[in-house]
Amino acid sequence: MTRSIDRLVYMANQIARNFAATGPEAAARATADHILAFWDPRMKAQIIARAGEAEPGLSESAAAAIAMIESKAPAAVPAREINSQR
Amino acid sequence: MAWIGEIDLGTPAMVDVAARRVTLTIDGQTVAVPEGTSVMRAAALMGTTIPKLCATDMLDSFGSCRLCLVEIEGRAGYPASCTTPVAEGMVVSTQTDKLKALRKGVMELYISDHPLDCLTCAANGDCELQDMAGAVGLRDVRYGYEGKNHIVEGCNDESNPYFTFDPAKCILCSRCVRACDEVQGTFALTVQGRGFDSRISPSQNQDFLSSECVSCGACVQACPTATLIEKKVIETGTPDRAVVTTCAYCGVGCSFRAEMRGEELVRMVPWKEGKANRGHSCVKGRFAWGYANHQERILSPMIRAGIDEPWREVSWEEAIAHTAREFRRIQGRYGTRSIGGITSSRCTNEETFLVQKLIRQGFGNNNVDTCARVCHSPTGYGLKTAFGTSAGTQDFDSVEHSDVIMVIGANPTDGHPVFASRMKQRLRQGAKLIVVDPRRIDLVRTPHVAADHHLPLRPGTNVAVLTAMAHVIVTEGLADEAFIRERCDWDEYQDWADFVSDPARSPEAVEALIGVSADDLRAAARLYATGGNGAIYYGLGVTEHSQGSSTVMAIANLAMATGNLGREGVGVNPLRGQNNVQGACDMGSFPHELSGYRHVSDAATRALFEEAWGVPLDAEPGLRIPNMLDAATDGVFKALFIQGEDILQSDPNTSHVAAGLAAMECVVVQDLFLNETANYAHVFLPGSTFLEKDGTFTNAERRIQRVRKVMRPKNGYADWEIVQLVANALDLGWDYTHPSEIMAEIARLTPSFAAVSYAALDEHGSLQWPANEGAPQGTPTMHIDGFVRGKGKFVLTDYVPTDERTGARFPLLLTTGRILSHYNVGAQTRRTDNVVWHPEDRLEIHPHDAENRGVRDGDWVSLRSRAGETTLRALITDRVAPGVVYTTFHHAETQANVVTTDYSDWATNCPEYKVTAVQVALSNGPSAWQERYAEFASRSRRVEPAE
Repeated sequence: MTRSIDRLVYMANQIARNFAATGPEAAARATADHILAFWDPRMKAQIIARAGEAEPGLSESAAAAIAMIESKAPAAVPAREINSQR
Repeated sequence: MAWIGEIDLGTPAMVDVAARRVTLTIDGQTVAVPEGTSVMRAAALMGTTIPKLCATDMLDSFGSCRLCLVEIEGRAGYPASCTTPVAEGMVVSTQTDKLKALRKGVMELYISDHPLDCLTCAANGDCELQDMAGAVGLRDVRYGYEGKNHIVEGCNDESNPYFTFDPAKCILCSRCVRACDEVQGTFALTVQGRGFDSRISPSQNQDFLSSECVSCGACVQACPTATLIEKKVIETGTPDRAVVTTCAYCGVGCSFRAEMRGEELVRMVPWKEGKANRGHSCVKGRFAWGYANHQERILSPMIRAGIDEPWREVSWEEAIAHTAREFRRIQGRYGTRSIGGITSSRCTNEETFLVQKLIRQGFGNNNVDTCARVCHSPTGYGLKTAFGTSAGTQDFDSVEHSDVIMVIGANPTDGHPVFASRMKQRLRQGAKLIVVDPRRIDLVRTPHVAADHHLPLRPGTNVAVLTAMAHVIVTEGLADEAFIRERCDWDEYQDWADFVSDPARSPEAVEALIGVSADDLRAAARLYATGGNGAIYYGLGVTEHSQGSSTVMAIANLAMATGNLGREGVGVNPLRGQNNVQGACDMGSFPHELSGYRHVSDAATRALFEEAWGVPLDAEPGLRIPNMLDAATDGVFKALFIQGEDILQSDPNTSHVAAGLAAMECVVVQDLFLNETANYAHVFLPGSTFLEKDGTFTNAERRIQRVRKVMRPKNGYADWEIVQLVANALDLGWDYTHPSEIMAEIARLTPSFAAVSYAALDEHGSLQWPANEGAPQGTPTMHIDGFVRGKGKFVLTDYVPTDERTGARFPLLLTTGRILSHYNVGAQTRRTDNVVWHPEDRLEIHPHDAENRGVRDGDWVSLRSRAGETTLRALITDRVAPGVVYTTFHHAETQANVVTTDYSDWATNCPEYKVTAVQVALSNGPSAWQERYAEFASRSRRVEPAE
């Protein structure tokens, strides 16, 4: 498996597949909730950006989930500025 | 041995706490004790010690030595007080002229056949035979002193690295034999021969090391003389004080008395008041503490600019200042979220809390994770989803009330040996056993224990097996409808019942897939559902899979469906691995949760911490360990503070871990030794051992127990002090003076810990969380009247096959695990004499698979997967099924995780260690990776001589 974004696509698809038994809409919602709860801001931004590409490689459920995230999530909250002057 | 500062009451306490009280008179004094108590114990509770040699309160009474005789009004003869239960109105005399004469006679016989080198004997001052000779007033021995068994030199058995066996000093009380039987359950010892030819014999008259002895030390503890005694006592002398503390190895959390002379640890003796271990231990906790003084232990801080350079010893001031400067430089250049940390599941709760506080308050992000990521993170997710709490539901005592015990993906006799001994006690009493494991683990057939069902499923099919069991329970009408209606969401249950009832999920439909016969699976399901109190114990064979979380929820489904929750004897019991992995998770070590498992996005929780810590906190989840490594190779994650973890050896896909670490600009390792991860570090901060600090650990029962300092830290600081130094170098202004203050902060900020304090722990011995206003003395059994989340949640667990597939190139499935004598990556145990039992990792392979490859026992073989290749020696055994191979990962040279993959649990990224497609072939020697790594590690461990 290649790194980073391909891994994120794999993870999103895997999450969606494990919720599949609940039906497509519930699976998409559960996948979206899961990603919102557990993925860091950069990972979320990466998958949202990937979903916008021509061939994202996302399953139907995963793609629906990312769409929900994009519409649901507030703009990524930037991290607190740290005084790096020592 | 005699108990220092403790009284041996002679026979065990009555288990039935509700037993009727019986009043009797002993030596004119009235005493009331529970019915069933022995006269000996009743006298001891009253303050009268009746002489004894074969009796000890760690064992059932035996009545052989005839020292403890008493006179009972109205009864003929002189009954043994250890085997005589009290009776209402009984009148006992413990000291009469006749009893004195009888006891002297007994002691004359013992002493006539015993060497009289008391002054130079290792047990001098700590010998019960010596004590009894004094107690009975023995002055001469009419039979002389030249007994047959004063054996000449050379008969001692010194094969065990930790204790000796001197048969000349044996009084054949058989305490050792009974300890091995009753307490440990190994049955390795017997009395061979009769009369003067009687000898204690390990196994078939072998020496201890080559016998079935597992070196738990129960026999040494039970021995009243110097027959079985620790080598350390022989070398050092007897201890003179004891401090109660908690073992730093596994999640059982055994309580020990650290017996000291000055600051020298003489021996670790299991504390009989310890609620997790009840006076027992294993080879690791009892004997394998020598790593604290190993020559490889690093005691001075070190830094270096690059990982190809040698280390340079520096002062603490320089090391801490450099660390803080680097972290801030990197954040200034790459952003606030470019650094993070890993807490230790082996350090204390207080230390773990401080590391996550350092990261959240000091680094300004949530990039914190812990080793639970690679072991029980699915437990946290699964049980929180189903019940509302990320932990097991029972305490260890619960097993005493179980009727059916199901062990799934766990090997407790190796991984949790002290709890396994307790489980075996219950099994010997008649409880039934179901084992779900690809390997024939020892528990399947061990002395006086045999599994009623062993389901040797194909690795990776846990969910299919458990769903098939659910199918049986639902379709055969075995579900506990009353429990479900009252305690669970009925609509969700019905959805789930429909789901599992599908014929496609029946045992017959999945038989070929899972490799378990439908009949066996149906029988096991029926037994669990109808056999009485059903308890499930599980380990990493459940969690370390791509459906680890689903399997945990499938287990929770079964327990709810059969009503096996909310009382003793039942439950869902994750066997947590590390000594404080439960605690690390409780303390907020996950990137998405603050302490007490509250999500970082929860504004109210965040406000609590923000007020306490004086800074705004990040509301977004941070990075998990695998995501940190991915981000590192992407070039955006640049620094890591790692306390007490060795991710290079323990995490999967070693080459990816190495690449991630190598991509960082500042890796800080706080540890005892230059471990494998330290090869990629730029700062090394020497850590302290559990003997050198105060704090608490939380075991697999949610039991918070004290760790007590018995010696000054050789490195100069306790681990929590080091974290505080780093924090203050980042201007956080911490001023803790003692770990109790850190626990006070934890209690203020974490509702489930609200009643926890050092004073409360001293008073109660330990507390199981939740411990708060509603449960000031803690909570042994969870979910009694209701689940923490309200209604229990049934979750649909559809079987999704792993993407790690066997094929022509990789036709075998590798699964990994642990062995008794070593702990995890072996950083501690490899630096003790435990290596004598397991000097190398071996690849267990079935005879058919070996023969097909021309492999003989002991041959070097290459183990190759899609991820990498390593080499180790083969061990041919039928414990694994054809098509499955198994190894441990205790030795760094093995590099077992070079072959494990990036596949992981869908919910938590817990690595799929238990399913790797591999091929095995004869090999000439180490793999190319092993050779390159060995050379790199050797270069990386150079330390510049001090100027």
